[in-house]
Amino acid sequence: MNGAQDMGGMMGFGPIVREENEPFFHAPWERKAMGLTLAAGTTGMWSLDHARAARESLPPGEYLTSPYYGIWLKALATTMVNAGLATEREVATGVIETPPVPVKRILRPEEVAGALAKGWPASRPEPHPAPFRVGDTVRTRIMNPVHHTRLPRYARGKTGVIETVHGVHVFPDSHAQGLGENPQWLFSVCFTGEELWGADAEPGTRVSVEAWESYLEPVA
Amino acid sequence: MRALESILVGKGYVDPGTVEEIIQTYETKVGPRNGAQVVAKAWTDPEFKALLLRDATTAIATLGFGGRGGEHMVAVENTAEVHNVIVCTLCSCYPWVVLGLPPAWYKSAAYRSRVVIRPREVLSEFGVSLPPETTVRVWDSTAETRYMVIPRRPTGTEGWDEEALAAIVSRDSMVGTGLVSLPESLS
Repeated sequence: MNGAQDMGGMMGFGPIVREENEPFFHAPWERKAMGLTLAAGTTGMWSLDHARAARESLPPGEYLTSPYYGIWLKALATTMVNAGLATEREVATGVIETPPVPVKRILRPEEVAGALAKGWPASRPEPHPAPFRVGDTVRTRIMNPVHHTRLPRYARGKTGVIETVHGVHVFPDSHAQGLGENPQWLFSVCFTGEELWGADAEPGTRVSVEAWESYLEPVA
Repeated sequence: MRALESILVGKGYVDPGTVEEIIQTYETKVGPRNGAQVVAKAWTDPEFKALLLRDATTAIATLGFGGRGGEHMVAVENTAEVHNVIVCTLCSCYPWVVLGLPPAWYKSAAYRSRVVIRPREVLSEFGVSLPPETTVRVWDSTAETRYMVIPRRPTGTEGWDEEALAAIVSRDSMVGTGLVSLPESLS
């Protein structure tokens, strides 16, 4: 969706502020928010795609003015409610009013290292040969879906070159909607600065995005 | 935050020990020193470097790193002709397995919005001034692929071992917003 998360090319956010010897977390609640979000994700009741969709569904004004881990927590509440783990009132008050539902997994502390080391690979078996090869010229589709997507606005309707074939990966657009993994070929597509930004591009710059096959059409 | 914690722990969905274990993993075990080891090895071992550029996930796994936030790693090499820099404009995708948790600036709207449209300007603000003939390549991490930059090895480090090399590799150099330089005492 064309939400506030899709920031590439926006202007006016001011200087990039860096901090010497930056701590991992700037407040105890941030530390806990990170751990809780990752731990809750291991229940297997939603995917990273669902979590991202929940984060970017925040109204733009709220997204842009919330602290980073604040966005995570708001999305965590949403995913918990959507997955049936809690009611709206429970996540607001913290008072348990309904019994727990079965979850796919409850990760124990001694299982953390193994689970993180394994990760959650998005690659899947190849259902058909790759539709494009390295060096092919492609155009990204002009699309404005109301749901989660991973094609940024700045890279829609642009002509670029296939640079890498990554294999077949879970398709976030359908996965985030609960419509299944719908695995598709994934490519790095490289664009010149001029293709993306016109005469305002800095010279000698290129930008790549990762694009699933249904984001792309061939250019003869 | 407390409300969510009360529900998740109170209903038994989340073990509080698991939460703490996850946090401590990223506070103490997973961070840019992992990535620095990868770079140092790439600088000293041509076979490893070739594998890293061909299949970074496998290469990095030989050093014992892998998993969440690095299931599909890609390494890109800086040269005299090309300088690479990574971003995630849509959220904050970052190669956790080699760099740990991202710094706040990497997650900021200012960086995410600007580095794709004004990369040279952003890099110069980070102190990375590149000649006009060097192409700047920005990699927007819009999938589960995670990029790391192999910075250029500084001259004057000939004969250094991996440990000494790893010590001078900064986090920012592996994001592409920094260069590796010799310590002032040596340069």
